Amino acid sequence: MIDLVSKKWWFLGLSLAIIIPGLIFILIGGLRPGIDFTGGSSWELNFDKNRVPNLTDVQNVMQDADARFISDLKGKANPTKTDQDLLALRANQKFEAIAQPSDNGLIIMRTPEIKLNTGEKDFMIKTLDDRFKASNGFNSDVSITTTGPTVASEITIRSVLAVLLASAGILLYLAWAFRKVKQPWRYGICAIIAVLHDVLVVVGVFAILGEFFNVEIDALFITGLLTVIGFSVHDTIVVFDRIRENQIRHPGETFASTVNYSLGQTLARSFNTSITVILTLSALYLFGGVTIRNFVLTLLIGIISGTYSSIFNASMLLVIWNEYTSKQKQPKQAQPTRQPQQVR
Amino acid sequence: MRNRVRNNILALVGILLVVLFAAWVDLGGDRTVNFLGSNIQLQNKLGLDLQGGYQILLQARDKNVNKDRMQATLDVIRKRVGGIGTSEPVITLQGDDSRRISVELPGVTDEATVRQLIGSTGRLEFIDAGQDQLADGQQVQTSYCTTGSLYQPRPGLCGSNTGAAATAATSGAAVGPAGTAGAGVTPGATVTPAATATPAASSKVYQTVITGAELDPKKVDQGFDQNTGAAEVLFGTKSEAAPTFQNYTGSHVGQFMAITLDGKVISNATIQSAIGSDGRINNTKQWATPSGKAEVANIVLQLKYGALPVELDVLSSRKVGATLGQDSIDKSFLAGAIGLGLVVVFMLLYYRLPGLLADLALVVYALVTFAIFKWFGIVLTLAGIAGFILSIGMAVDANVLIFARLKEELRLGRSIERAVEDGFRNAWPSIRDSNISTMITCAILYWFGGLTGTSVIQGFALTLFLGVVISLFTAITVTHTFLQTMFLVAARRRTGVIRNPWWYGVNRAHQTVKSGSATAGD
Repeated sequence: MIDLVSKKWWFLGLSLAIIIPGLIFILIGGLRPGIDFTGGSSWELNFDKNRVPNLTDVQNVMQDADARFISDLKGKANPTKTDQDLLALRANQKFEAIAQPSDNGLIIMRTPEIKLNTGEKDFMIKTLDDRFKASNGFNSDVSITTTGPTVASEITIRSVLAVLLASAGILLYLAWAFRKVKQPWRYGICAIIAVLHDVLVVVGVFAILGEFFNVEIDALFITGLLTVIGFSVHDTIVVFDRIRENQIRHPGETFASTVNYSLGQTLARSFNTSITVILTLSALYLFGGVTIRNFVLTLLIGIISGTYSSIFNASMLLVIWNEYTSKQKQPKQAQPTRQPQQVR
Repeated sequence: MRNRVRNNILALVGILLVVLFAAWVDLGGDRTVNFLGSNIQLQNKLGLDLQGGYQILLQARDKNVNKDRMQATLDVIRKRVGGIGTSEPVITLQGDDSRRISVELPGVTDEATVRQLIGSTGRLEFIDAGQDQLADGQQVQTSYCTTGSLYQPRPGLCGSNTGAAATAATSGAAVGPAGTAGAGVTPGATVTPAATATPAASSKVYQTVITGAELDPKKVDQGFDQNTGAAEVLFGTKSEAAPTFQNYTGSHVGQFMAITLDGKVISNATIQSAIGSDGRINNTKQWATPSGKAEVANIVLQLKYGALPVELDVLSSRKVGATLGQDSIDKSFLAGAIGLGLVVVFMLLYYRLPGLLADLALVVYALVTFAIFKWFGIVLTLAGIAGFILSIGMAVDANVLIFARLKEELRLGRSIERAVEDGFRNAWPSIRDSNISTMITCAILYWFGGLTGTSVIQGFALTLFLGVVISLFTAITVTHTFLQTMFLVAARRRTGVIRNPWWYGVNRAHQTVKSGSATAGD
């Protein structure tokens, strides 16, 4: 059997090598919060996929159209309350259209909040239609999502709360499920650290994607993150469960060799489950709808990371923790070294 | 042995019945069936992102609004939505203090319709326009929020105590302007809309006569002028407000009266004679055309359902184009089929015979899950389909765990029957614990999704949760039964395909250990 436990520092090092660049990009602000967190509107503009116009062209056309609409509105003789509100809103915040990467003829455009019943939207779609219909096959059946500032701040707060709540719930459940083992909280805490690892990997990757490709995160990203948390713990539990079982079956073994033995037993299963999930998600990423592609990517990265962290982080941390505390207790006495028992 | 055979046959029959029932639900289009005396609608409900439509989250401007008034508002919106006959609208109260209303209108992609239903949620008023020819669409100031209406002449009606004020005012109902002549009631008296007038910009405050709350919705309807065939608006006041309205119209004959919605004029007409409880608004010239008839229909809709008890702000909205929806469905189904196919092949190659049985269980899983969606009318969203496809991958997890144990037991030299039983028993704790952690996440996701006012995230949480629960059933009960059946069928044969460990993914090198001689460690 391969001795995985002895290489534990290598595995933790690899994790850090992935997490640290991600962290750097998170800190320099690479993460791009979408309208779900900032408020605003998101436009899904569809073009003929062989004749997708230049992104900056579309941005400029929309910005020019809005400038014209607003200046017309300023000149209007009897502005209504809605007109006045809109003018105040636009005076407060410059109208900027930011395009996200196009794919399959879809351009996702982010703009400040577009209110209903102002005519602003219709004017812009009309302008886009005039400019891009004949030349680029623009489809005027545009999907628009608008989030106001109130909802946006609530989603932000609840996103953080949801991640914390999920972690707390899992910690409690693990401590309960492993209550018959020595130090049940250790299992819970190591599982949560593995979860934190996956969250950092996913958020870090999206910070990098945001920095270089303008990829935004939205409420679905949080959904994906929570799912990844569930999956990661799911995987970790299977490994921990083996450790629990083997500790009872083979009480004489050192903790490190029990862990190593348990990892060997669950390795194939962990990979196989991940492979089936990765197969289905890849199919969804390659052939599924464009609008949830980033969501599927969140899941894919998270599940690969989750598999890695349950095998190479959570269990290794358990061993490190165990070695640390036993050194504290018996500073002089050397650890009994025994070969992992061979069972075929 | 006989017991085992009987139990196995029972389990097989049970599974067969479930599969047949699920297939019956799945196959065949959308329909209503009679099941055990109750009518069940079998329908694949598609969410907004799959069929296009509008979703809007509204919030009452008044922070202290109570739940009853929000419910009343919701009822008005529901009636209005019913008025345009859209299919499957979902209108719900939301938020911790029930201050929010979420409206989902699948299939409605025309913004004008939505504006008519939701955008014009404000206060409807009949105002005294005096000599002013107010144009349609013009914004005017009314006295309602400052000094009240003629019917309810009191300040503070727009404040948070509106509900209380309205109730208190019913007792002193018949307050009319002092000194107005109580002219004879002429039921069915008419008012004629003003000709299109030049908009007069002014900061004049117009006196509110009555509000939409004093209209009797039963009397509001669309009528036709007997001579010209032009459309006309029929309306009437509630009996308690009739004296006020009659006093006012009787003393203002020849002047203008306008109907406003949120201070925006939707109709302006000359008062022809005193109006008691029933009145008509006609415009023989303009309302004879098809567009005029549409205008009348619109005014009727607004008069009938127009006045909402509370003022609402749009917090967020989402419009999905219909074309994108169909494209998404096609692609998701393709992706699901490819994903399922890949998993089936993988299981077959890696686990061989049990893999084949797990694949059968997976097909049962897909059939049952879809049947449950259809039976309970669970709304399918794009994210929900992603949840389902993800759960296909996770559904085999329990089988993968069991088969990994099965292989181990076989390597320990157990007989195949015992290895199967031990495999199932030993794998159970991890299957249970790991699935509970996913269920915890699903519950939190469902809570989180409730906030965003869309069914997208909740749809995902629900499909994933169902996927986990159903896969527990199929992976354990179904696969187990299939394996047992196989052994019972082949019970008399000591050799052959079924007894060769190769078929269970164990390579020949491990077959040497005979049954009963466990190796070290056990």
